[in-house]
Amino acid sequence: MADERPTPGGIDRRAFVGACVAVAAPLVLSAAQQAAPAAPDTAHAAPDSAQGATGTPRYDPRTHYYGMGVDVSKCIGCGQCAAACKAENNVPLDPHHFRTWVERYVIHENAEATVDSPNGGIDGFPAPVAEGGVVRSFFVPKLCNHCANPPCVQVCPVGATFSTEDGVVLVDESYCIGCRYCIQACPYGARFLHPVSHTAQKCTFCYHRVVQGMVPACVEVCPTGARVFGEVHRPSSPLTRFRRFNAIQVLKPHLNTEPKVFYANLDGQVR
Amino acid sequence: MARPFAPWRGFAAMPQQVRRLAVVIVLLVAAYFTARHFLVPRTFGEKGHYRAAAVDSIAVLPIHYAGREACAMCHPAEVAKKAGSFHRGVSCEACHGPEAAHTTDPIGHKPTAPRDRAFCVRCHAYDPARPTGFPQIDPVLHNPVRNCFTCHNPHDPTPPRPPETCAACHGEIARTKAVSPHAQLACTECHTADPRHAQAPRQFLPSKPASREFCGRCHASDAPPPAHLPDARPPKVDLATHGPRYVCWQCHYPHYPEAR
Amino acid sequence: MQGYIYPNEFELQWSLLIVVYPYLTGLVAGAFILASLARVFNVKEVQPTYRLSLLTALAFLIAAPLPLLGHLGHPERAYEILMTPNTRSAMAMFGFVYLWYLMMVLLLEIWFDYRKDLVVWSRGKTGVLASFRRLLTLGVTDLSEDALRFDRRAGKLITIIGIPSAFLLHGYVGFIFGSIKANPWWSSVLMPVVFLFSAIVSGIALMLVIYFFSTMLRSRPVDMACMDKLGSFLLYALIVDFSLEMLDFTQRLYEAEESISILGQMLSSRLVLSLIILQVLIGTIVPLVTLFLVAPTVRKRGFLKVPDEFRRLLYFVVAVFIQIGIFSTRWNVVIGGQLFSKSLRGLTTFKVGLLGIEGILVAGAIMLLPLVILYILVKVVPPWPDAEAVVESELTGADPVPAVQPS
Repeated sequence: MADERPTPGGIDRRAFVGACVAVAAPLVLSAAQQAAPAAPDTAHAAPDSAQGATGTPRYDPRTHYYGMGVDVSKCIGCGQCAAACKAENNVPLDPHHFRTWVERYVIHENAEATVDSPNGGIDGFPAPVAEGGVVRSFFVPKLCNHCANPPCVQVCPVGATFSTEDGVVLVDESYCIGCRYCIQACPYGARFLHPVSHTAQKCTFCYHRVVQGMVPACVEVCPTGARVFGEVHRPSSPLTRFRRFNAIQVLKPHLNTEPKVFYANLDGQVR
Repeated sequence: MARPFAPWRGFAAMPQQVRRLAVVIVLLVAAYFTARHFLVPRTFGEKGHYRAAAVDSIAVLPIHYAGREACAMCHPAEVAKKAGSFHRGVSCEACHGPEAAHTTDPIGHKPTAPRDRAFCVRCHAYDPARPTGFPQIDPVLHNPVRNCFTCHNPHDPTPPRPPETCAACHGEIARTKAVSPHAQLACTECHTADPRHAQAPRQFLPSKPASREFCGRCHASDAPPPAHLPDARPPKVDLATHGPRYVCWQCHYPHYPEAR
Repeated sequence: MQGYIYPNEFELQWSLLIVVYPYLTGLVAGAFILASLARVFNVKEVQPTYRLSLLTALAFLIAAPLPLLGHLGHPERAYEILMTPNTRSAMAMFGFVYLWYLMMVLLLEIWFDYRKDLVVWSRGKTGVLASFRRLLTLGVTDLSEDALRFDRRAGKLITIIGIPSAFLLHGYVGFIFGSIKANPWWSSVLMPVVFLFSAIVSGIALMLVIYFFSTMLRSRPVDMACMDKLGSFLLYALIVDFSLEMLDFTQRLYEAEESISILGQMLSSRLVLSLIILQVLIGTIVPLVTLFLVAPTVRKRGFLKVPDEFRRLLYFVVAVFIQIGIFSTRWNVVIGGQLFSKSLRGLTTFKVGLLGIEGILVAGAIMLLPLVILYILVKVVPPWPDAEAVVESELTGADPVPAVQPS
């Protein structure tokens, strides 16, 4: 019974910890990052600094090559990923601009598929209209595939979108002329023109998080672990394990874009 | 005879047209390369056909989701509890929102905790597209009105086992009844409850006595002693004369010791 | 909206201005190819349109990048296409194809062709126009027989270089669309060729209209031999263009790839007016039949004997129909390619606005602008045969091209 008594002075543990944090606030984040497995802490370098984030000796992009795994059979269509992406990356909140979104497929008995993605899945999905005659149904999260052979990079007239050394396709917001050729060239509908900056935007794999050893926001909040982020080539990476234990498909393989978003348990109806 | 077109004889020997045009073209090409010199960004082409500095400016964008490791630093109890539960894979920020600001200013930025049924239902409402085996409920039928956390702790959401006795939920009544004259009676003596009441209490409400005659089965002056309690001597009244315009429990609350 | 489209596809990325752009560029290529018919292949009948075609090509070429510039999210950064062109990008390389064509072909050819006239027109005169013309000569005032012969030979050489360049210019516009493998409506090997021949059709039709109009405006008699020749060229080009389009259509239908169902839906719902009625019926079939009947092709007179006044009116109407048809062709490529989702599961809709940078008014202004530019060009360097300067030495020269057309 003595264990349950409040500590002398009336401070419970959480309040105590909170007070400690207030004192040592700046230490917390960096300590958390050191706890992360591959945590090359680059702090917050100034944007124009010659010692930029990728230029610091602690993060060497040449030693990384990122990809993502998506297990379709684990996705519950909660839309947390799409919502978190918007919060993390300042994506317009309207239902027509997404860096990642969730589609629901309903395959009917006549083999036809009904697909919907109301507000990218962020607000959930309405009950499917025709329950009868449904063969199977599932959710598919979509995002930029960070192709190894990206058609968007190929067509950009000025070099404002590019593949980084660590395998991420990025857009240079201050250099993009807004011609939208890349949006036309993307087979996956993963790009959009930002209505305010008038430049092309897309998933960055949360590059600002990744260089700090964190996972992308969508992966962080996915409640069922349907998304796996990691190194494509490193044997110890969770992505390698994911690719070893699942039959893997990519979207629209006939276009030879060589996506680095790998889908497990993907249905043939998904386009 | 006309001078043949022969540029290889030297610039001066060329026709005037060619010389003038050559000057114009050289000027234009020179202007192009001069413009290039000034207009191409400094770091362009360092790593590929792009501005290398762009990567650095993207790498330092602000972080909004601190990551679950950050939460574990200060909230070990919650994290430990969650780690042993079905929600072990669910990131703290999946429910509490992006809270990188809270890690640097824990007092000033307090995370929110969703209390609304609508939030839990985002994952747990039934949808045929959800994987088989994933816990799903019909939000209309499953204890409507109640907040989910009244039964399920979000940090350890294992559903509570259906109560085996009435006292599990109705403890207050059970405690008062135990010292009342009705202590010997089972709840089912007066209430009939659908077995599903244990899972969905509001959906399947138990019955309540509705008439004076129900009490009169034991307490009427001509009532026989209860069959299963032959030794009981319940107080008897004449239903016709004892407060005829009232139902019994307006004066006698049957669960209370002072019921008589 | 019908079926499923990716959320980001809600907004059409390329709208009216990008329809105008290949339309204008096609007119440039077509007008130039007509000019080269006169120059290189020595088709005497179309000689009256030679200089006019060159100026038209220049006027439209100057206006052609404007719609591109207007639709950019950041027009002020457009210079980057020239500063750091991505050599793998069709669009970046188009900047250089455009510049090559403008600077090395069109301006040079016009300069060599007009140098003599510029010298004569500005000689001993003062005033803004004369000074400007003097400036345009770049100070090359040599009017000796040698110099004039050099002008002619250089002009011819440039025209010969210019024909593949004009093919390149518009073929390349087709390539910008045809090389997008993500879009089954665009992705086709035939796209550059189809663009090229539709460009030739539209260019000849435009020159027919402009020649007819300008002659009427100057109250000069219309050269029916020229009109007939333009009409028959128009027919030939139309036949090739239509055959290529049908070949493309047949190929798609026969291959019936996974996109065929959604493209079929689009064709039978969204593109009925612009493709079946405007492009094929009004823009191709009606002109084909009309020209076949009235234009002198296999026979000297055409199958129907039609009086000159009525025939030239028919030519004019056919040319206007063809302009409508070719504009619809560009619309069907650019807009049609965005009306279906790349998920191949749904169709979206497109409504043109009246106002705004992508609206009808701006697009209309940009399409009228070349005519304004042409008007100015005609004032500075008149293309009429009767305005051409006569140089003493040339009268005695042995040039096969008559300097003065009987008017």
